Amino acid sequence: MRSLVLPDFTISRSEECDGCRACEHQCPFGVHTYDASNDRMVSDSRKCAGCQRCAVFCPKGAIEIRPAPSFYRPNASWSRERIEDIKRQAETGGVLLTGCGSDKPFRIYWDHMLLNASQVTNPSIDPLREPMELRTFLGSKPERILLRDDADTDPVLTLETPILFSAMSYGAISYNAFQALAIAASRSGTFFNTGEGGMPAEMRPLFKKHAIVQVASGRFGIDAEYLNCAAAVEIKIGQGAKPGIGGHLPGEKVSKHVAATRMIPEGTDAISPAPHHDIYSIEDLEMLISAIKEVTNYEKPVIVKVAAVHNISAIASGIVRAGADILAIDGMRGGTGAAPKVIRDNVGIPIELAISAVDRRLRDEGIRERCSIIAGGGIRSSADVVKAIALGADAVYIGTAALIAMGCTLCQRCYTGRCSWGICTQDPGLMRRLNVEEASQRLVNLLSAWSHEIKEMLGGMGINAIESLRGNRDQLRGIGLHEWELDLLGIRGAGE
Amino acid sequence: MDTRELNSLLRELMLAGYERVVLRNVCGQRYIGTRLYSPQRRVMNIEIHGTPGNDLGAFLFGHRIIVHGNAQDGVGNTMESGEIVVAGRAGDVTGMSMRGGRIFVKGDVGYRAALHMKEHDQKRPVIVVGGTSQDFLGEYMAGGIVILLGLYGAHNASFIGSGMHGGAIYLRGSVRGAQVDSHVLISRPDETDMEILRDHISGFIERFPDLSLDLEYILDSEWTKLSPRSSRPYGKLYA
Repeated sequence: MRSLVLPDFTISRSEECDGCRACEHQCPFGVHTYDASNDRMVSDSRKCAGCQRCAVFCPKGAIEIRPAPSFYRPNASWSRERIEDIKRQAETGGVLLTGCGSDKPFRIYWDHMLLNASQVTNPSIDPLREPMELRTFLGSKPERILLRDDADTDPVLTLETPILFSAMSYGAISYNAFQALAIAASRSGTFFNTGEGGMPAEMRPLFKKHAIVQVASGRFGIDAEYLNCAAAVEIKIGQGAKPGIGGHLPGEKVSKHVAATRMIPEGTDAISPAPHHDIYSIEDLEMLISAIKEVTNYEKPVIVKVAAVHNISAIASGIVRAGADILAIDGMRGGTGAAPKVIRDNVGIPIELAISAVDRRLRDEGIRERCSIIAGGGIRSSADVVKAIALGADAVYIGTAALIAMGCTLCQRCYTGRCSWGICTQDPGLMRRLNVEEASQRLVNLLSAWSHEIKEMLGGMGINAIESLRGNRDQLRGIGLHEWELDLLGIRGAGE
Repeated sequence: MDTRELNSLLRELMLAGYERVVLRNVCGQRYIGTRLYSPQRRVMNIEIHGTPGNDLGAFLFGHRIIVHGNAQDGVGNTMESGEIVVAGRAGDVTGMSMRGGRIFVKGDVGYRAALHMKEHDQKRPVIVVGGTSQDFLGEYMAGGIVILLGLYGAHNASFIGSGMHGGAIYLRGSVRGAQVDSHVLISRPDETDMEILRDHISGFIERFPDLSLDLEYILDSEWTKLSPRSSRPYGKLYA
């Protein structure tokens, strides 16, 4: 059927273009082709994803990709996006898929909170001269200090900076991207998360001290050995981009190596059902947590990851009581390789509200020490990290920010498997575009840069250890927020 | 003895090199066999008298467990290899996400047996059940083999094979189309299937000699095979 959808981008090519065909080689969506009869390059803008790969790699800098200026008659109710979504569905009859996090203009609370800085009474600290402590321990903490030789403490994760790489599975991302995350986590003293795709056998001995392995509803790639080749085990109940939705890796992305890692036949759909079919209650969750602790000989903390949804604080309370050592909450701006667009943009709540509500509820119930909180889904900068911790998180997960560090331009076509930057693809040719060493160095640099910035912000507040910032809402003030929002966040307005 | 203590003791015995353990008066202790992972793949035989609790042999890594009596829910949950023999009935989600090894159940199994069972490479999990199962048998099944011998009555389960995209279910006797998900193909087993059945049913007979079953008689009965119509059930769902 002929598509009635307008192109999203226009492609212009300056006279500098010498027909070297680099753009043709770079574009996995088939936008650029060489027209031999006229000896020039031609472009089909309908296919353009706006990934900017051709523009970056054009040796002459001759290509420019811009949003298409064409528009339908302006209509406040029927935006171009609404019209084109309907056209696409009328053409295919299918659920609209998309990649990355929601691009809708929901209020970003990070941008409505301002940090404090010490001035006279409590002096600020210069992190260049004074020691600043970013080391973070995640896991269940004892309720009181016991000085006994045989004191039995629960296992904890030790991070050199309060930032972890969130779950991105091998299969959704390429082998090279997966390796880059693992290398960067081990060099930076933090952790990467395998997602629900398992961990390739050859990587296990190298990265087991820095891996968090995930148990999702599809139970892909899971056996006793996998669970024991990790620093922690995460049970994924939900994820921010698609709460209540299962995972589905289409058969064409299940290559031989992905199949071996997930322990399924090559080329079949890898379906993670929406619920864990053995979990229908908090008691059932407790059973899976206990089973995982049994199989790992009580040596590893267990994380339970849920999406930020309505009533999240009651859910969190149940999860802590079920025995989770760490609770990971993923906000609605969390990314994904593929989600139904309608779910991504309409389900869940922002992470800022969720952390605040959960932290307060767990404190009110007197069980906050039993569990650490990792916040994810919309962390864009070191300031977001600091604000998340001040709201009550112990550490944060970064996913999209890590992908951007490796070169991702958020073109949102991850679900096609044609990632031009080699991050979100299983195509061997495309995958080679991501140099593992370079990508891991970029990730290490990002973590190091953010850590320096966090130290600066802490110093400015007169705090010398990240531990002292956790739940320290007095360091935050809201600006441009309603009373109910300030109440929920547990912060005062600017000027108070 | 509580669950954790029992499993610690079993682990100690395994690490000390014991290869056979008999547990008596078992009463609801969970995860028996689960804490027995060892990188060297040590293997034990565990014989249980009494009723083990949920998740018997969860994540089982090559061990053999025999239960003289009934088992509860989650038998062989995500087991990797080994064998579980239950000389009674087993509860819900028996063999859930199991990816290798064999489970033999003399009686019936509960709801959602073989849920998301999968196979890979040389690993092909097998469940042989003397009786029948409750609803949602083989839900999301992605591989492996389930055999229901129907020794004690008809198969009345509904929603069999919902979301099934791999593996095969063999039933002695028949099922109505309405009991089975529309993604599932109902057929008669061919010769290769009968070889598979012969192999695993003789294994079942060997483990439960008290039933005095005749292999040829069982094989000569009416058999029904359920298999997925496609390994890509949702291939056309998305735009």
